[in-house]
Amino acid sequence: MTSIVDSIQKTFWSTYVEFPFLFTGIIVIGGIVIFIVMAVNALIAVYFERKVSAFMQDRLGPMEVGILGFKGGKNFWGGIGQTLADAIKLLVKEDILPKDADKILMILSPFIIFTAALLTFIGVPFSQNFVISDFNIGLFYIVAMSSIGVIGIILAGWSSNNKWSLYGSMRAAAQIISYEIPIGLSLLLVVLVTGSLHLGDIVQWQENHRWFILHSPFTFMAFFIYFISVVAETNRTPFDIPEAESELVAGWMTEYSGFRWALFFLSEYANILIVCIVASIVFLGGWLSPLHLFNIFPASWDLLDGPVMGFFWIFFKAIMLIFVMMWFRWTFPRLRVDQLMYLCWKVFIPFALANLFLVSLWELII
Amino acid sequence: MTFSKIQKHIESKTQSKISIEEGKEAVFVSPNNWIEIAQILINDSDLEFNYLMCISSYDKGDNKMYGVAYNFYSTNRQHYLEVRIEIEDGTPIPSIANIWRSADWHEREAYDMIGIVFEGHPNLKRILLSDDWEGYPLRKIFKEPDYYHGIPVPKDKSYWD
Amino acid sequence: MEDQLLDKSVIETGEMILNMGPQHPSTHGVLRLKIHTDGEIVSKIEPIIGYLHRCFEKHCEQLPYEQIVPFTDRCDYLASMHMDHAFSITVEKLLDIELPERVEYIRVIVAELQRIASHLIAVGAFGLDVGAITPFTWTLRDRERILDLFETLCGARLLYNYIWPGGVSHDLPPLFVERTLKFLDYFDPQIDELNDLLTTNKIFIERSADVGVIPADIGINFGVSGPSLRGSGVNFDLRKNEPYSIYGKFDFDVPIGKGEMGTVGDCWDRYYVRVLEMRESAKIIRQACAQLPAGDVHVAMPKKIRPDIGEVYGRYESARGDVGFYIISNGKNIPLRVKMRSPAFCNLSILSEISEGWMISDVIAILGSLDIVLGEIDR
Repeated sequence: MTSIVDSIQKTFWSTYVEFPFLFTGIIVIGGIVIFIVMAVNALIAVYFERKVSAFMQDRLGPMEVGILGFKGGKNFWGGIGQTLADAIKLLVKEDILPKDADKILMILSPFIIFTAALLTFIGVPFSQNFVISDFNIGLFYIVAMSSIGVIGIILAGWSSNNKWSLYGSMRAAAQIISYEIPIGLSLLLVVLVTGSLHLGDIVQWQENHRWFILHSPFTFMAFFIYFISVVAETNRTPFDIPEAESELVAGWMTEYSGFRWALFFLSEYANILIVCIVASIVFLGGWLSPLHLFNIFPASWDLLDGPVMGFFWIFFKAIMLIFVMMWFRWTFPRLRVDQLMYLCWKVFIPFALANLFLVSLWELII
Repeated sequence: MTFSKIQKHIESKTQSKISIEEGKEAVFVSPNNWIEIAQILINDSDLEFNYLMCISSYDKGDNKMYGVAYNFYSTNRQHYLEVRIEIEDGTPIPSIANIWRSADWHEREAYDMIGIVFEGHPNLKRILLSDDWEGYPLRKIFKEPDYYHGIPVPKDKSYWD
Repeated sequence: MEDQLLDKSVIETGEMILNMGPQHPSTHGVLRLKIHTDGEIVSKIEPIIGYLHRCFEKHCEQLPYEQIVPFTDRCDYLASMHMDHAFSITVEKLLDIELPERVEYIRVIVAELQRIASHLIAVGAFGLDVGAITPFTWTLRDRERILDLFETLCGARLLYNYIWPGGVSHDLPPLFVERTLKFLDYFDPQIDELNDLLTTNKIFIERSADVGVIPADIGINFGVSGPSLRGSGVNFDLRKNEPYSIYGKFDFDVPIGKGEMGTVGDCWDRYYVRVLEMRESAKIIRQACAQLPAGDVHVAMPKKIRPDIGEVYGRYESARGDVGFYIISNGKNIPLRVKMRSPAFCNLSILSEISEGWMISDVIAILGSLDIVLGEIDR
């Protein structure tokens, strides 16, 4: 995979630009690209979620707000501009900080969560040739950076000076930290089999063998443990006890409004995109077309591969997984805190550990 | 059991501590004997009134006598009884909140609305009105206060129609 | 063993008082709960009511009997036909009048339709409290059809003022019976869909089974009635045990809780009793529509309601339980005292008893399963 950072570095190496300027230039360009990706993702994902939920609940969703000449009204894509209008509204809202709240922490916490999502995006590839920075410890870096977000959530709940927010953030902290273990163990499985943490190498392995999910029954189970754990990690129903709407109003985000709330929202949807892209790369073949499922077709059928098609395939698989996450949200009730913890510590972790052991046996024998 | 049989049964158990009035199907009890009769109503195997449906307090309209009506029912025997206690203003009535737990909130409401004090009630404070309200609204002589926490209470309501 | 590991004398834990305030998404109205908790485990709950008190009983002391009916509507606004019906049968008991058959049949059809509508909200809101958002929208969509039927009947969607002492205000419009039967044909498969989505869902069962058990004798002692009591296995329904109106002519079962998914009397049982009751109400409506006689609905309406001196206690089985009206009359056309015994008032008083030792999420589930309406509690 070629990374943007490397490519910028190479093009400007020949010119005599001073290193500090080059450095800041790289950072700024990388940051802008990620920010644009996050913003566009939030716009599309929120609209998608509202439409999907509406159709599942036998109603229509946003229908009136049009954009760029697409008028609202009768067509089912009527409300395309709704999210953009909401984003503009949030930006011009009054900035409320409660009187007894801890002001510094309250201002700081949205930025911590946003930074965690931003840093994670650096290592996530969007196509064969498109990644901000090509780490050779890619997977490890992603898991590590996404766990910074917990600090932001705890600070948000504490600084609001509100017992309900405190409840929400305590639950969120326990939940997120616990569910990182099954995620780590499932991804460790992949590393065990392929022998590398580099995401490009993992996809290369899948191109030479087969999609990881179909490699052995244990990796199949690992995919499900991973998927359910990331649903818990991103605080979506059935694990959305920290933001339980009917109990805690909005949980740890209660006191936030306007731009700060928009940052939380942006980071939540960015997290969802990140984990779905990682799932599709690691387990579902990344930028490979379905013809590589079992790798039985001859190489001349490679019409469906290529840099542009790779981009399409990653996002197609990620969007299918996002759709399944949204489907979960509108179908299931939520689990109670102790049931959630029971599920993690007494069901997922033993299964994931047993999985690890059995996969290593499988690799030895077969 | 019909009303007359129930009434005769209670009279035989309590040596006639109850009374009845002409034409009404209710048993009248005085506050002194109330706890004893309540114990008989719930414990006696022929009566078995385990379900206290409602406690209504009322003002008889003569600014002197107030009354409390208890409606009992038995889910096993499927018979019904009404017990009434009529007192003068200020006399306390013993509370039966630890015999039938449904009496807890109903007695608080009777105290709140008419001002009848129930002795022995675990938590006798106002339930529907706010704690600092003065007066007992369902009494016929109740006059609305002029101000409540600085908000004037409208007296002339003709412009509402 | 635990005390040795965790020396409680060093770590001080205090009790936290949490206020689930009057405005809250899932307290079903303006109810304030003061919850004493130790971490997440509840030790005591103090419900504080009275935020919706509108002096119903004081109003009744200044209005003639026929003008009280709109006020009874507003007590339990989710089942207003039941309130009207309860008040009307109490006044008719006091006046001792006989009603024509057609009036009784119309009242039964309308009351059972109202029971289905009220249970749809109860079931949907319980799912919403537990976290399942979609069944709520589906039940509300079905309830809209019932409200459309009521709108053709008396012009109002929620507060009907339809059942008056002595009869009903308007006769059935043309095609009402056909539309009702069409609705019932549409409605029966909807209950199966709801069962697929919510009733047999493993997460829902984990949230509601074994939670908030009401033992039958404690329930009766607290005055609990209706589906909440039937969920504890007590076979008591006023329509069967003390039949009023013409309920003796219909053939229907009384669903009671059997503890299929957990203990008898838990939240799941109360919820499932409501789902089954909707089916039974549909049965009653079909039978009533088939037997509906012709006639005039205004024949028995008294010109002036002026009962003799006396008292009466009228009982009625509404969607939430046992409604009672105690009316004292002193011979005038204005009652001396009207007391309404609301079922949700007694159902709410048991909340503190049954939620000791459970978590805050369970308190919300228990409150949802008791199905309270604050308008009825505060009057």
